[in-house]
Amino acid sequence: MAFNINVNGNPHSVDVDADTPLLWVLRDVLGMTGTKFGCGMALCGACTVHIDGIATRSCITTVDSLGESKVTTIEAIGTTAAGAAIQKAWLDHEVVQCGYCQSGQIMSASALLASNPHPTDADIDDAMSGNICRCGTYVRIREAIKLAAQ
Amino acid sequence: MRNDRIAYRGTGSYVSEKSLSRRSFLQAGAAIGGGFMLSLSLPFANGEAGATEPQGFAPNAFVRIDANGQIFLTMPYVEMGQGTYTAVPMLIAEELEVSLDQVRLEHAPPNEKLYANPLLGVQATGNSNAMRGAWKQMREAGATARMMLVAAAAKEWGVDPNACRAQDGEVIHTDSGRRLKYGALAASAANMPVPQDITLKSPADFTLIGTPVKRLDTPAKVNGTAVYGIDARPPGVKFATVAQSPVFGGRLKSVDDTAAMAVKGVRQVVRLNDAVAVVADHMGAAKKGMEALQIEWDDGPHASLSTEDIAGELEKATLGPGAVAQNIGDADKAIAGAATKVEATYQLPFLAHATMEPMNCTVDFRKDECEIWIGNQAIARVQAMAAEAAGLPVEKVIVHNHLIGGGFGRRLEADGAVRAVEIAKQVEGPVKVVWTREEDIQHDMYRPYWFDRLSAGLDETGKPVAWKNRFAGSSIVARWAPPVFKDGLDSDSTEGAIKLVYDLPNFHVEYVRVEPPGIPTAFWRSVGPSHNVFVTESFIDELAAAAKQDAVAYRRALLDKSPRARAVLDLAAEKAGWGQPLPAGSGRGVSLQFVFGSYMAQVAEVEVAKDGSVRLRRVVCAMDCGTAINPDTVQAQIQSGIIFGATAALHGEITLKNGRVEQTNFDTYQMLRINEAPAIEVHIVKSSEPPGGMGETGTSAIVPAIANAIFAATGKRLHKMPADPNILKQPT
Ligand code: FES
Ligand code: FES
Repeated sequence: MAFNINVNGNPHSVDVDADTPLLWVLRDVLGMTGTKFGCGMALCGACTVHIDGIATRSCITTVDSLGESKVTTIEAIGTTAAGAAIQKAWLDHEVVQCGYCQSGQIMSASALLASNPHPTDADIDDAMSGNICRCGTYVRIREAIKLAAQ
Repeated sequence: MRNDRIAYRGTGSYVSEKSLSRRSFLQAGAAIGGGFMLSLSLPFANGEAGATEPQGFAPNAFVRIDANGQIFLTMPYVEMGQGTYTAVPMLIAEELEVSLDQVRLEHAPPNEKLYANPLLGVQATGNSNAMRGAWKQMREAGATARMMLVAAAAKEWGVDPNACRAQDGEVIHTDSGRRLKYGALAASAANMPVPQDITLKSPADFTLIGTPVKRLDTPAKVNGTAVYGIDARPPGVKFATVAQSPVFGGRLKSVDDTAAMAVKGVRQVVRLNDAVAVVADHMGAAKKGMEALQIEWDDGPHASLSTEDIAGELEKATLGPGAVAQNIGDADKAIAGAATKVEATYQLPFLAHATMEPMNCTVDFRKDECEIWIGNQAIARVQAMAAEAAGLPVEKVIVHNHLIGGGFGRRLEADGAVRAVEIAKQVEGPVKVVWTREEDIQHDMYRPYWFDRLSAGLDETGKPVAWKNRFAGSSIVARWAPPVFKDGLDSDSTEGAIKLVYDLPNFHVEYVRVEPPGIPTAFWRSVGPSHNVFVTESFIDELAAAAKQDAVAYRRALLDKSPRARAVLDLAAEKAGWGQPLPAGSGRGVSLQFVFGSYMAQVAEVEVAKDGSVRLRRVVCAMDCGTAINPDTVQAQIQSGIIFGATAALHGEITLKNGRVEQTNFDTYQMLRINEAPAIEVHIVKSSEPPGGMGETGTSAIVPAIANAIFAATGKRLHKMPADPNILKQPT
């Protein structure tokens, strides 16, 4: 059956099975490839999006669970204050290496900053430890979140 | 990679750098469509062994200046996150006297002859050598173009070129103040003779090299617009996922696809000899279809293979003779006469690469040609192997290379492309084959398992007078570039085990090549040194302990002939507060290496809990990598390498049981996460030596630093990695 979902303020109708993970709807059906696949089991954070502002792993979020919720992806996170601040800090601080994990890192970090404007190290650990970076950019991620929080 | 291996060009012939004059690798002329074009032919890309001049000029890198003064650079390297796309343009811009934003990069198409990396000799970016290969040639290209632009301006004004200078994309006549922009000079510069004597800037005059410039590839990576191989979407693309025989070398016996074909969106089930793929409208359907398949495998000859079998074979091999990699003096005799004898064996596990971007490749197989979208470190290899799988001539295979979501050696291999071609041959239209994480971890090509047997003799003062090492494991080079494996040796497998920085009067190292059955091996970030530096630096630490001496002072006493090594050791020790007290259960460990052309010392600080779990708190790293072209990138690469190596030291292990890889996803093959990440300090020694590699050095150095720190904290020496909490936990 078809599901009506709202992504970055735009309505979409997608005809997929009810248990299809949002990740594949975004990437393959809608062609929004900024959200990445890393594990498919909520273990790496590469697929993180916001659902009503909450950082959520799209690889285990089924399309039928969305209802009226608003999905925000990396493609639109720059339109939020926290997202823009995080993106700028990421560039100013040269966080990125291969970049593949960074969509997810930025989505997790901007959700953290939106709900907690001055996160401590422990807050950062809590919010960000679900996001793996195989390139090991953790030191700079931590510094950049603090930079964005200033 | 060092010179004995670098000249391999895929044809089995070798050529030495000095036999090629500059004229033979640089040509200038008009660009098609106007402007100025400089074509470079990097050494080793053409010419036959022993030839003094190459037969015909085959450029493999291009610098083009158009009428607007925009500079285009085509180069044979891949961006994997290591900053190459920024650092190479810096080299050109420095000598050309333009700002970095005037240089724009264009992707190089796959052409083995034209785009060979001068160090690897085949078109590949790996082994920390992108900058080492580009360092001289790219600056010379920039200087040549600059001199020709100056000559063109001088001719136009009727003045002496020496009275003119280049600055900010213009040529200026110093006395009259007349100026002409490069864009206006591009056409006439094309007709100037190529200067035979070019002067490169002295390091003191560098304005770009050595400064922390911003990366050029980053903005697209923070807003979701960067396109990796997995993001390729040719029109009409379908999505597939694959299950390969869980035992390497096994075969597909039967598959029942009734339930899978009933899944909404599933289009087709593709059967191969040793794999099954499900093709669908999207990956969600493909995965669901895959779960619904009933597959029976014929496990083949390795059905009962385990890691212990392989380790046992390697251990046995270290009892027999190997190929002598280096010999100094008479180690046997010196050990026999030594006051103290120390013996140890070490083992390192198989490791997966686990790049964040899982293996993937998109293929459109048409009747007489094949188009491929992929992110790979060696696209010419992809093209050649894909052509073979497709049954097409190489020139009928079009490869589009993309950004790489992590390489680490995994994407020097073309197995993923071959698999995708096999599937695409049965599919109408383009198909994107994406491996699940489970497939990616269970069908990687792994860092080899290693077994090492060492012995040493100490004199009555504790000083080492003899060192012996015989180690056994797989040679990647023997498979990847067969002619480079000679007399039982290759310089990758031995790097870090021989030519040590330490002055050891009697020294003997042998390598026994043993290819494990039933598990493929491949280069893995920091390659040979990922194994050898752990062993060497653990053993020297054991010797210091046997001599009851301080680990830093013990190493330092052996470094009279290696002042650059001593300098980084001193610097790391000082910055780390070596010798200052730590709380109980904590310890510091040191490591020192000279690999990939760079010197590095690291001090790791760990805390070992009662339950044996290890917390890596802090890492201090001192490095002399010659000229640091972009110091910020060097810092970032070291931080990255340290996390990668620490992940291996604390968590990394791939094991086989019943022929199957036991680990599946990030729950069983764990990565270091931000809450476990140490504080990292990197200190770079200022140097104007040619640049050394730095993408991998952090990885090899951290593993022994951690093991040595664990020894300092607990008194327990780790002879096998990763660190095992069961060995380290305190009795209750
Ligand atoms: S892909 Fe969703 S958490 Fe890894
Ligand atoms: S930047 Fe490469 S995985 Fe994070």
